[in-house]
Amino acid sequence: MIRIANGQGFWGDSLQAPVEQIRRGPIDYLTLDYLAEVTMSILQKQRARDPKAGYARDFVELIARVLPDLKDRRIRVIANAGGINPMGCRDAVLEAAARQNIKVKVATVTGDDITDRLDQFLKRGIELKNMDTGEPLSAIQAQVERANVYFGAFPVAEALSQGAEIVITGRVADAALTLAPMIHEFGWKETDWDKLSAGVIAGHAIECGAQVTGGNCQVDWETIPDLADIGYPIVEAEPDGTFCVTKHAGTGGRVTVASVKEQLLYEIGDPTQYITPDCVADFTTVHLDQAGPDRVRFTGIRGRPATNYYKVSASFTAGYKAMGSLVYSWPDAYRKARAADQILRRRLGLLGLRFDAIRTEFLGANACHSIPAGEPSHEIEPHLPEVVLRVGVRSENRAAVERFTREIAPLVLNGPPGVSGLGLGRPRVDEIVAFWPALIPKTEVRPEVAIWPSES
Amino acid sequence: MAKRKLVELAHARSGDKGDLVNIGLIAKKPEDYPILVREVTAERVKQHFEGVCKGAVERFELPNLGALNFLLHEALDGGGTVALKADPQGKTYSTALLRMEIDA
Repeated sequence: MIRIANGQGFWGDSLQAPVEQIRRGPIDYLTLDYLAEVTMSILQKQRARDPKAGYARDFVELIARVLPDLKDRRIRVIANAGGINPMGCRDAVLEAAARQNIKVKVATVTGDDITDRLDQFLKRGIELKNMDTGEPLSAIQAQVERANVYFGAFPVAEALSQGAEIVITGRVADAALTLAPMIHEFGWKETDWDKLSAGVIAGHAIECGAQVTGGNCQVDWETIPDLADIGYPIVEAEPDGTFCVTKHAGTGGRVTVASVKEQLLYEIGDPTQYITPDCVADFTTVHLDQAGPDRVRFTGIRGRPATNYYKVSASFTAGYKAMGSLVYSWPDAYRKARAADQILRRRLGLLGLRFDAIRTEFLGANACHSIPAGEPSHEIEPHLPEVVLRVGVRSENRAAVERFTREIAPLVLNGPPGVSGLGLGRPRVDEIVAFWPALIPKTEVRPEVAIWPSES
Repeated sequence: MAKRKLVELAHARSGDKGDLVNIGLIAKKPEDYPILVREVTAERVKQHFEGVCKGAVERFELPNLGALNFLLHEALDGGGTVALKADPQGKTYSTALLRMEIDA
């Protein structure tokens, strides 16, 4: 049996969680998932300003903090912290280790960045059509910022078999971080579809960190113990493909069949066809049982052969947006917010500003559940203590969005009464980065695995 | 049969993929799963999110988990980074679904 922990569900997750995973009980592998699509764009912007940047800096700080513990406890780390600059991340990690006079074998898994090859692909008739709309990538090529392929677990397992103590990847499928140590330790083959699918589902269960151990959990949420000290998830994996999801003893949170089901259903499509680079997993074959307190066992998982494609995610610029907010207080909070919205829209019209979209929401009245919630009832509406007016605009024209941001604050003095600016100041204009999902034949790209410091 | 709100029988979690929202709907008690299958059809979900979900609604059954998975297409005002919504990733669509009234 091996223990694979998750210490980070996204970039911005708890800085303390990975430390607790290392120090509060036994684990063999620590996986850290830093990359969401939106993270890749933020990293892209950081690298544009500084060629040494473009990776998750939190990761380097974490390694500097826990390296002696990792060595003492012989814990190996697998992280997609490389972002769009895995070699920069490697340099920073090796530097941090050198400062502490600790020798560590770091591996990189790269080859996922295909930004510079897009022209060549399109010329050769590989259209990288949008998986949702069917449009070819050529339609937005001038706006493309970057494109990455999602690799699977085998190159990561290869890095482990070469002795890496820390594996830094660029883009790999999130679940691959968890599947890789199983492949490495248990000698699973590329055609072990059922076992690979089990590893993928294990990865899916823990890749969002505490979202499987009682975080964001709707069932009996108020009775979940000590969320302040919530334990992050650990997979206890067996060579036959069965595994348990659990957490360290003495930590907060809760692992039950119900909490696990919520996470299994998170961000999936057709449950019989969960397509990953390594296999197609079937979520309808999972059997769950409560094997003990805070311990859920997974059995019966089946899968099918992998497809001949990798998924690609390209990001492209798509105009500008800004959001402004004001809070209106009782009496008539909702009606004042509505009136202010009408006034604002009229002024934007009089200024001749055009937007691709303008959207108004009333937080505290029905913003989250909008139409399913309906308008606040006549009984409730007059008693609302406050309502937040939130207006957003989107346009190709930055100047129009900029001008919109100057029209929020004046409403405090020249609009309906009983209003506060929330202390937020003028809204910020953001460039929009949108995403383009596509497929590419596996034969077109190859993952590269290297160990550092190199032995030559 | 009485009208009941889904929140009494089920729990849910939602997330995004581009302009698509998925909502996993899970029976609190296994014996209530057939009620979810009967009552919470793709058509009813489309109707529940009318004006929010502009595309099709697909439904998948996971009897092993006593759960249904719904895919709401064109439901996020363009998706994560493009949307102007307060909830651009559809995280609260799960609880919006639990407002639905069904015969149970």
